[in-house]
Amino acid sequence: MSEPLLRLVNVCKAFGPVRVIEDVSVDVHPGRVTVLLGENGAGKSTLIKMMSGIYQPDAGEIHVAGEKVSLPDVKAAERLGIATIHQELNLVPTMSVAQNISLGREPRRFGVVDRKELARTAREAMARIGMNLDPAANLGEMGVARQQLVEVAKALSLDARILILDEPTAALTGAESAALFAVMDELKARGVGMVFISHHLDELARVGDTVVVLRDGHVVTEVPASTSEDELIRLMVGRQLSEQFPRRPRRRDADAEELLRVEGVSTGGLVQDASFSVHRGEVVGLAGLVGAGRTELVRAIAGAEKRTGSVTLCGEELSANDVGAAVRAGIGHVPEDRKHQGLVLDAPVKHNIGYATLGRTAKAGLVDRAGQRRRAQDVAQKLRVRMRDVDQHVRDLSGGNQQKVVFARWVVAGSTVLLLDEPTRGVDVGAKVEIYELVRDVTDAGGAVVLVSSELPEVLGMSDRILVMSEGRITGELEAQEATEDAVMALAVSNSHSDASAERAIDTLERETRERA
Amino acid sequence: MNSTATGISRQRGFDLKNFAANNGALIGLIVLAVVMAIASPAFLSAQNLVNVGEQVATIAILAFGMTFVIVAAGIDLSVGSVAALSAMASASMVAGWGLPEVLTIVAGLVVGALAGAVTGIAAAYGKLPAFIASLAMMSVARGLTMVISDGRPVEAPSQVAALGGDLGPIPVPIVVLVIAGLVAAFVLRFTVAGSYMYAVGGNIEAARLSGIPVKRVVVLVFLLSGVFAALAGMVTAGRLDSVQPTIGTGAELDAIAAVVIGGASLSGGVGRISGTLVGALVLAVIRNGLNLLNVSPFWQQVVIGVVIALAVLFDVIRHKNTRL
Repeated sequence: MSEPLLRLVNVCKAFGPVRVIEDVSVDVHPGRVTVLLGENGAGKSTLIKMMSGIYQPDAGEIHVAGEKVSLPDVKAAERLGIATIHQELNLVPTMSVAQNISLGREPRRFGVVDRKELARTAREAMARIGMNLDPAANLGEMGVARQQLVEVAKALSLDARILILDEPTAALTGAESAALFAVMDELKARGVGMVFISHHLDELARVGDTVVVLRDGHVVTEVPASTSEDELIRLMVGRQLSEQFPRRPRRRDADAEELLRVEGVSTGGLVQDASFSVHRGEVVGLAGLVGAGRTELVRAIAGAEKRTGSVTLCGEELSANDVGAAVRAGIGHVPEDRKHQGLVLDAPVKHNIGYATLGRTAKAGLVDRAGQRRRAQDVAQKLRVRMRDVDQHVRDLSGGNQQKVVFARWVVAGSTVLLLDEPTRGVDVGAKVEIYELVRDVTDAGGAVVLVSSELPEVLGMSDRILVMSEGRITGELEAQEATEDAVMALAVSNSHSDASAERAIDTLERETRERA
Repeated sequence: MNSTATGISRQRGFDLKNFAANNGALIGLIVLAVVMAIASPAFLSAQNLVNVGEQVATIAILAFGMTFVIVAAGIDLSVGSVAALSAMASASMVAGWGLPEVLTIVAGLVVGALAGAVTGIAAAYGKLPAFIASLAMMSVARGLTMVISDGRPVEAPSQVAALGGDLGPIPVPIVVLVIAGLVAAFVLRFTVAGSYMYAVGGNIEAARLSGIPVKRVVVLVFLLSGVFAALAGMVTAGRLDSVQPTIGTGAELDAIAAVVIGGASLSGGVGRISGTLVGALVLAVIRNGLNLLNVSPFWQQVVIGVVIALAVLFDVIRHKNTRL
């Protein structure tokens, strides 16, 4: 094999007393893709931050093209040809494609930006990855996928020989990911070495060559990317995940009490006349394409979005547009975007768990501080939130543990009906199963769950009944026993007349096909 | 992955480094006081310390109210004007409408609360940015003060004048300052409303989806800011023994500076009353010390500007170091 472009040799990194990376060695070869695989908190991010000059290793060496180097900052890494595409894109949405590609090193002529040269550079950079966008187009008006490709073009225009991609497909649809992979193939052919991180195991065999499995800051093993998904999960988690979906779908008892009734709910424009009910012990899945109105429907039920129609919980009608009333009645809402909607990141775990119960446990307007802390501690322990203690800030927890903190809030509040909007997005395999177990515990304890998810296997694996939405309407209902991915997809696209939604449907179908393959 | 206990033991006992990192403003204040004491022997005299105390009272009381607003991720530019309006309105009610003198202070506080509530309602329900809503109130309140007084000073009612007096050896403004500080700290630390302020400032959407009545919280912080402004206005009038329509001009910026020097974040969710008090003291000690050293007031402004920048810079660096 050729000489590695980039080598990390026995690197270590600690933050205070916490050893995040211990004695890890990774090689990146030209024309090959090294996959870093591990649960959240296994050390992947720290590792790539050392590769890109954001962190410096406490011990160990970094070699680029056979020579020992130090990377004191991002600029130093860039000079050596190491470019990183971070999960959060480093682009300016208000500027054009061309301006973004040349950001910080605009071509000048007589002291002003040379617009022609700017456009030429952009076209050239995009041509390298087979992209042909208008250089003058405004970046902010493009989808995430295109923005991501612009960032790849930008990295390559810096003559990057080593490209680090941190979860580039997290926000992409199937077709968009496929386009990115095609670009990666081309780069491989040209000898660029790549590091790739993804939580979608099915992508690894498609783009990867070798997989470095990390666990608790150590390299567990290095295996070929063709290794089976089950085996990869086992290596990652370090134990057999007995069942991915720990809850068996069941037909509800005929006399199960109705907990939630939604009648004729519409929201401004999107959701049209949605009606359904949820019974004690039930998980109702809400499936559909992105943009079908599932999130809006769930938000309307939770009182977070203006609505018409009625929502009744345990026989009591909830006033519209009043989250407080819904919470008091027993609704718990785990929103789609935990960082922006679910958590106060710079507040401790105990506060985040306690927000919904501050008022009702107070005496004479004073916070029950000891009680809030104790309850937070109990529930965090029960849900196995991995943290130092309840005083730790939520920002420092991994994605799965952050999600468990949002869950914990509603467990403490004793909510009877949980509305879960993409509860496992950006959560690693181990934590996913734990979240499924929480769903099971809620229904076993006599609660009910409405589950919105874009992952069909998850909806099929966890729900007793599945409602399918398309263009704001509930277009069908399937019992778990009769539900298949095809049946759900057929309903999900059943209402679509417009080209845009048809296109979306095709995207999703493509991805589904790929996942099954 | 390991279980909850990953072998990280919490450090017990007094950690000087940690204490210094979390109390930068306090350490700055101590250093400042030591330097002033060495540079000017008059600094530590009882008379001068009482002076500092009196000077700090107005700014600190305004800044306590401002702390609620800033913790909830707002900003209140109207406090200086509301201070003037409240003092002027209550004095006029006594003089013009024959309001019983015992009610003077209550009337002033009510006016402050109303003005604050209006700003809060405009921000929460009218969806105006806090900056704009309070900028508008700043102008309205100052204008009303001028309208009521016709631009002329009014004699301070006896109750207000008493706020400028002495309680034994201690000036009343210092007593008011201490009580106001304790009340403010109590609200922020122990009440549900205080916890809501931190939540709203930390992430308003997460607070809303948790069922916290965010709009009412926003109205409340501005209302409290108005009440504290009214108190500060009457204390100032008491010290001057007359209600000047120009009371508190520009004071909102001092109050914001005190809160920020005290470690609060303008993006919300962070801030303590003790920090705000230290921030106000830093400003007062610098002014007082530079006066004693005969530094021109023009240079004082330069120094204060630099101090504000340094205080925030220190905070930024600290956050960078503690973040994993």
